[in-house]
Amino acid sequence: MSTASKVTSRDAILGRIRKSLGRATGETAPSSVTERLASPKANPVVPKRAQIAPDQQVELFEKMATNVNATVGMVVSDGDIPREIARFLAEHNLPARIKISPDSAVSSLPWSDTALEVSTGIAGAEDVVSVTPSFAGVAETGSLMLRSGADTPYTLNMLPDTHIAVLRVSDVVGTYEDVWARLREKEGHGNMPRAFLWVTGPSRTGDIEQTIQLGAHGPRRLHIVLVDDTKENK
Amino acid sequence: MNVSTSPKFKENVHDALRDESLQRALGRLKSGFQVNRANAISKMPEFEALRDQARDIKNHTLENLDHYLLKFEENVKANGGHVHWCADAAEAREVVAKICRDKDAKSVLKGKSMISEEIGLNDFLEKQDLKVVETDLGEYIIQLRHEPPSHIIAPAIHVHKEQVAESFRETHKGRDPNRSLVEPRELLDEARDVMREHFFAADVGITGANFLIAETGSSVIVTNEGNGDLTQTLSRVHIAIASLEKVVPTLEDASSILRVLARSATGQEMSSYTTFSTGPRRSDDLDGPEEYHVILLDNGRSNMLGTEFQDMLRCIRCAACMNHCPVYGAVGGHAYGWVYPGPMGSVLSPSLIGVDEAGHLPNASTFCGKCEEVCPMRIPLPKMMRHWREREFEKHLSPASFRYGIKTWAFFASKPKLYRTVTGIASKVLSKMSRGKGRIAKLPLAGGWTDMRDFPAPEGKTFKQLWAEKQSGKGGSK
Amino acid sequence: MTPSKPRVGLFITCLVDMFRPTVGFSAVKLLEEAGCEVDVPMDQTCCGQPAFNSGDNASARKVARPLINMFADYDYVVAPSGSCAGMIKKHFPELFADDPLMAEKVQALSDKTYELVSFLTDIMKVDGVPAEFDGKVTYHDSCSGLRELGVKEQPRKLLNSIKGLEIAELGEPESCCGFGGTFCVKYPEISGKMVGDKTRDITQTGAKTLLAGDLGCLMNMAGKLAREGSKVEVRHVAEVLADMTMAAPPITGKEGE
Repeated sequence: MSTASKVTSRDAILGRIRKSLGRATGETAPSSVTERLASPKANPVVPKRAQIAPDQQVELFEKMATNVNATVGMVVSDGDIPREIARFLAEHNLPARIKISPDSAVSSLPWSDTALEVSTGIAGAEDVVSVTPSFAGVAETGSLMLRSGADTPYTLNMLPDTHIAVLRVSDVVGTYEDVWARLREKEGHGNMPRAFLWVTGPSRTGDIEQTIQLGAHGPRRLHIVLVDDTKENK
Repeated sequence: MNVSTSPKFKENVHDALRDESLQRALGRLKSGFQVNRANAISKMPEFEALRDQARDIKNHTLENLDHYLLKFEENVKANGGHVHWCADAAEAREVVAKICRDKDAKSVLKGKSMISEEIGLNDFLEKQDLKVVETDLGEYIIQLRHEPPSHIIAPAIHVHKEQVAESFRETHKGRDPNRSLVEPRELLDEARDVMREHFFAADVGITGANFLIAETGSSVIVTNEGNGDLTQTLSRVHIAIASLEKVVPTLEDASSILRVLARSATGQEMSSYTTFSTGPRRSDDLDGPEEYHVILLDNGRSNMLGTEFQDMLRCIRCAACMNHCPVYGAVGGHAYGWVYPGPMGSVLSPSLIGVDEAGHLPNASTFCGKCEEVCPMRIPLPKMMRHWREREFEKHLSPASFRYGIKTWAFFASKPKLYRTVTGIASKVLSKMSRGKGRIAKLPLAGGWTDMRDFPAPEGKTFKQLWAEKQSGKGGSK
Repeated sequence: MTPSKPRVGLFITCLVDMFRPTVGFSAVKLLEEAGCEVDVPMDQTCCGQPAFNSGDNASARKVARPLINMFADYDYVVAPSGSCAGMIKKHFPELFADDPLMAEKVQALSDKTYELVSFLTDIMKVDGVPAEFDGKVTYHDSCSGLRELGVKEQPRKLLNSIKGLEIAELGEPESCCGFGGTFCVKYPEISGKMVGDKTRDITQTGAKTLLAGDLGCLMNMAGKLAREGSKVEVRHVAEVLADMTMAAPPITGKEGE
């Protein structure tokens, strides 16, 4: 296919759209469009469910995540995270070998307090358990917000059988809109990581006779370690 | 494009109603999707307001579709991705094939994509000696069975587990022939295991897109299995195929619509995975695809704008309409004869393959209105089916006998005196024919009615006759 | 000057006119008991719905247009059918949308048109009827009344006021019975399957009588029940509310007759 014909299709499609909408070629976008794009805002209807005090949001997050078959463990300091993870793995008879994100939020934890075998990097076929940090947690639906990046390879979220995500209480927000505001603050408006993933419970399918089974192609288990960093800060 | 059997709708229906295994599968719609949706909505007091909002967002987007598409294109490019505008199915297929050739690809992995079904992509790629593997469990099952999907979010809803086991035994060679494949869990574990090998060997990963975000140039997929994520992350090249109307302005707009999507579809509050993909792997990323392409497919949609069918472009493919449709529930998806079944298909298919081809579909509705009642985007589906009937009537596509019947009836119904006489006679004759039994088992020219049920006989005189008698004092007991 | 009694033009509907006049007389009785003055314009035929739903808008307009003047002088227009009332109320404005000269009249007609039972409860504030009925009935929510006009609780409210009557709800009262106007003869197999599901549901309630507010649906369900040899009797809800079940045998007659 020549480049010329591609240009033609693009112009033809845009031409048909403009014609159907009764618009002239080259007409510039109205302010309703440019303003919406320039300063994105939450739409008026946002469920009240999650518009509550921060400590209630954490409670709601836990409840909603548990409702979708995730498990939640609470610790009070970073130092306790490795032990909580070791406990979780032992409790479920899972291998004591983990692949973790290079991100210092997990890589600098005192793993030597435990007998866990720890390595860092992307996930491969041999990795059964992963540990990653979280960008945020959304109380509304108990969803984890995970981003790809140099220190947070994406495959860790999806390939291993068991995914353990560390989430700070200070990163629990009410709604998706709160997450976008945080992301824009960190990355600048319009900049997205290559992949931004909402995880609401472990992988599942209902494709065989509408019977829900966990662990289709992604993780069979999702464990969230909530770190109450709010008390430390005070 | 996929060949349709829509003109044979009646034959398809006849077979579907006699297919016991299909009927068993359809029986699960009520206890599954319908109940789950109702539960999810009962937990969301703002649901009706969220529907209004979702409709308004999409309406605004459609009114400015050119502007948002251009912004989307600009942002995909800014992030190092490619956008391919494709006017029709043939062009889209060819663009995908060319990307595969350019990357010297051998194997193509697919995430679930209805657009890929619409353009008949798999067959086309296989003819180019590419190995194409569907990764969504339901899509994988029907790929093995060489069938089209029968539902837009549960493509293998018509298949029962014994049939899945049979397909797996045939396809998955080199495994213990005596292994147990009875429980859904066993079937899933085998599929997961087989698919892992495919994931690590993939050259090109093709997914659909639930949304395209103009603000950021992102494509969004909503899945439960995680197959779409692995498809687009582990392949060297990620191609997202989307029709034009998938674009929304901002991340907030996508989020607002996501609040009605899963609740309407599966009854989940949110699907397991919602993934926003923006461009290829960044220079310091440790994983992700080397190339990122978006196919923007028109295939007739730009012509729907500005017509009575524009509202259909709000559709987010949740399948609530078919999950609740009594006609879909009776005959299943394959009877509709093309890619999109149920009420949304009955409106969309005539737009895409022509009303002369898909003419049965908008007619095969009682206008019960359940689809519109559950549509999260408030698409007036019955009204649009009626608009298709208007077009058919104008184009003289409806059967001549039927047209003649309507015209004859309208002639009598617009002549009050004649009408009173004729109905008076008909009432009397039909009443006599029932021989006092109140019903008629066989009625000439009314086989459509009496093949299925008795014909209730009139009381004997029309209301207007009796009313006139009463008014003039001649009336008896009434 | 407001007349003491609201003047109601009864839109009798073509099916009631030809097949079941008792429904019409039941409606008249109910309206009069509710304090209305009822009149029946004799030149009315049909609301035009069969043509409208077949895509033949020209024929639909031809049939519908005379009604607009015919009913112009009444305070209210009431039909013993959610489907026909819905056609006038919801679809006439659409049907005549391209006719600006008609717009005001069509809107006025639409505004004052009601389905019978909801008119009694919502406008005339009737909260009970003096009828008697012995036994268990079940009630099918006809689609147009339910979804276009919001008729759901009104018939139940009035039925529950009847001494001796008990409602046994269907498993799926809001599922379409498969009538759908011309649908039932154009796609008899699908319609047959749908009405078969419906009669199974009806039978499972153990009710002796099936009621609904639309004659088309009733004829479909009654015809299927009769074909199955069921003893369930089928009547329009107005017949029971007006205590006029003695005026006519059930639709399709009594089993064994």
